Amino acid sequence: MEALLTAAFLTALISGAVTAGVPLLLAGLGEQMSEKAGVLNVGIEGMMLAGAFAGFFVAYSTESIALGFIAGALGGFGVALLMALLCVRLGLNQIVIGIGLTLGFEGITALLHYNLFGRTYPRLPAVETLRLPGLADIPVIGPALFDRPVIVYLAVVLVLAASFAYRRTNLGLYLQAAGDKPAALDVTGIDVTRIRTAAVLTAGTLAGLGGAFLAQVGAGLFVPFMTNGAGFIAIVLAMLARGRPVWVLLGAAIFGACLSLTTALQVAGVNVPTDVIQMIPFAAVMAVLVIFGRNAHLPAALGIPYVRGAR
Amino acid sequence: MTDDMQAVSSPQLAKPRFALDAWTSLAVVTLGPILAAFILCALALIVAGYDPIAYYLYVVERGVFSGQGLQQTLTRMAPLLLHAASLIIAFRAGIWNLGGDGQFLLGAVMAAALAPALITVMPDWITLIVCMLVAMLVGAAWTLIPALLRAYQGVNEIITTLMMTFLGTSFANVLVKLIFLDPGTTVPQTRTLPVGDRLPWLYGTTISSGLLIGLAAVIAVHVIMTRTAFGLRLRVVGANAKAALHAGLAVPLLTVVVFALSGALAGLGGAVDILGVFGNVRADWNPAYALAVVPLVFLARFNGYAAIAFVFFYAVLEIGGESAARRIGVPQHFTLILVATMFILLALAEWLDQRRRAKGKG
Repeated sequence: MEALLTAAFLTALISGAVTAGVPLLLAGLGEQMSEKAGVLNVGIEGMMLAGAFAGFFVAYSTESIALGFIAGALGGFGVALLMALLCVRLGLNQIVIGIGLTLGFEGITALLHYNLFGRTYPRLPAVETLRLPGLADIPVIGPALFDRPVIVYLAVVLVLAASFAYRRTNLGLYLQAAGDKPAALDVTGIDVTRIRTAAVLTAGTLAGLGGAFLAQVGAGLFVPFMTNGAGFIAIVLAMLARGRPVWVLLGAAIFGACLSLTTALQVAGVNVPTDVIQMIPFAAVMAVLVIFGRNAHLPAALGIPYVRGAR
Repeated sequence: MTDDMQAVSSPQLAKPRFALDAWTSLAVVTLGPILAAFILCALALIVAGYDPIAYYLYVVERGVFSGQGLQQTLTRMAPLLLHAASLIIAFRAGIWNLGGDGQFLLGAVMAAALAPALITVMPDWITLIVCMLVAMLVGAAWTLIPALLRAYQGVNEIITTLMMTFLGTSFANVLVKLIFLDPGTTVPQTRTLPVGDRLPWLYGTTISSGLLIGLAAVIAVHVIMTRTAFGLRLRVVGANAKAALHAGLAVPLLTVVVFALSGALAGLGGAVDILGVFGNVRADWNPAYALAVVPLVFLARFNGYAAIAFVFFYAVLEIGGESAARRIGVPQHFTLILVATMFILLALAEWLDQRRRAKGKG
């Protein structure tokens, strides 16, 4: 075990945690915004997959990672557009539509991949990193945290931006009102449908980016069903964070670290079944809930379509 | 008990339908969107370069009209029906048990671990019954933490059941890989229950008698929820937990009971699938039925009989799609797209129907 605690190993571990955590962070932030506005977005897994495939395909065809990320965001946005139309505009059941979209885009992306690439899984070129001068020279954590693709920094900035928006801006207030007491928001002259639509579309865009990150930075290729439940972990993270973006960051870091540990130990040849390590974050969160279990606050109108004038 | 019982929209109690146009309405609201989904997906197949008519004919022929295919379809229905029963009881009581897959897998693993061992010392039928009971207990036990947290702390059960399902999936793998490993095989899997010792087939067919268990469970749940005082209590809790508390119902206790019943049915589903069909659990096996059954149950409006029809239809598409993937070369994933399109169009049609009625009344 001593050999495991070398600087190189720790760097790889932290680096892996960032790589595994960023998709969860992006999708979790999106889900959080959507839930804040009162829309339980179960389609987030489908949005991530759409982003992952779109990002991979564009990056593969144009050999541009940046275009890949734009395509990924658009892919997630496209799925979210469907979700917003069906669940916010028309007020259809969010769980049925969410699961429908997830299943549908699992199928569509798998089918597109099969039609375009058959059984081959072409690799993307390595993603360029942005080296933050000074910080990147810190031993162990420097290369793991400060020599990463630009989008990693953007994701962290996004956490701060979201925190600021939720606490200090009218938009944050509108979002919260749309989820807690939509009728009150309506009375003040703000269109609930518009606020919720904006939240769902933002969630889709972020989930799409997360998916694109998974494909382009995480794996460097696209495999059908590659999100493998990440969207559902994002839902859990968003709910546990109770509306605070920093908690999503913390949660994503913990889950990312455990996922990274799984791979790292396998590489190091330690004979612990990966399943045991994968259980750790969930077991830890359950333990916290059991010990400190109190009312996990959710928006009062979460999941309830808003119909103007209805009682 | 806090008011986040309403945090996610409460399942609606079935609305009375107009008797006269019930059948026309059923045809329009159910068959219309299904047909539309077939047509939409046919267009997608044409674009992808397949012959949609050949594909659909093959799916229907394999799923319904070929003897062997129909038997597979009916066998596949068993675990799906038990999931449906598990979800109907929970959803009607206003509890969002989204952890069915974890409960199912652990039930399956326990049944798979016990059956080959017990069969050597006990008669067949006792073994099968013991295994099913144990699987039900395990499924129920796996809901205990979410149930207690929900009942006494008001912790939202969507989070906790989802987490328990992730935990359960991994834990099932740990059990298969470390504890119940069959030393005789190189692939990590549990010991296999011989075909002759499994749940009996129905009268000269290869349909697992799990089908009967599934049907009985769904019908029993439907009757309990709609025709008994116990069911009424649960529905009151589901419709308005505060009102239920005021009416003197033991809401926390009822919550725990609902969770336990729901988990037990999901666990039984796992046992039935193992004892009837697979005979063992392989590492990383997870059919994830629950995710597909959730929308089916919603579209059936928590009605057991409607759920049976939807489950049959879904099973046909799955079995037919699996065969078509081998024969016609349309990948299995196409079934997912077809089913998703159907979910969305069915929900849309229901919305249109409700709007039409609302206008008719106004």
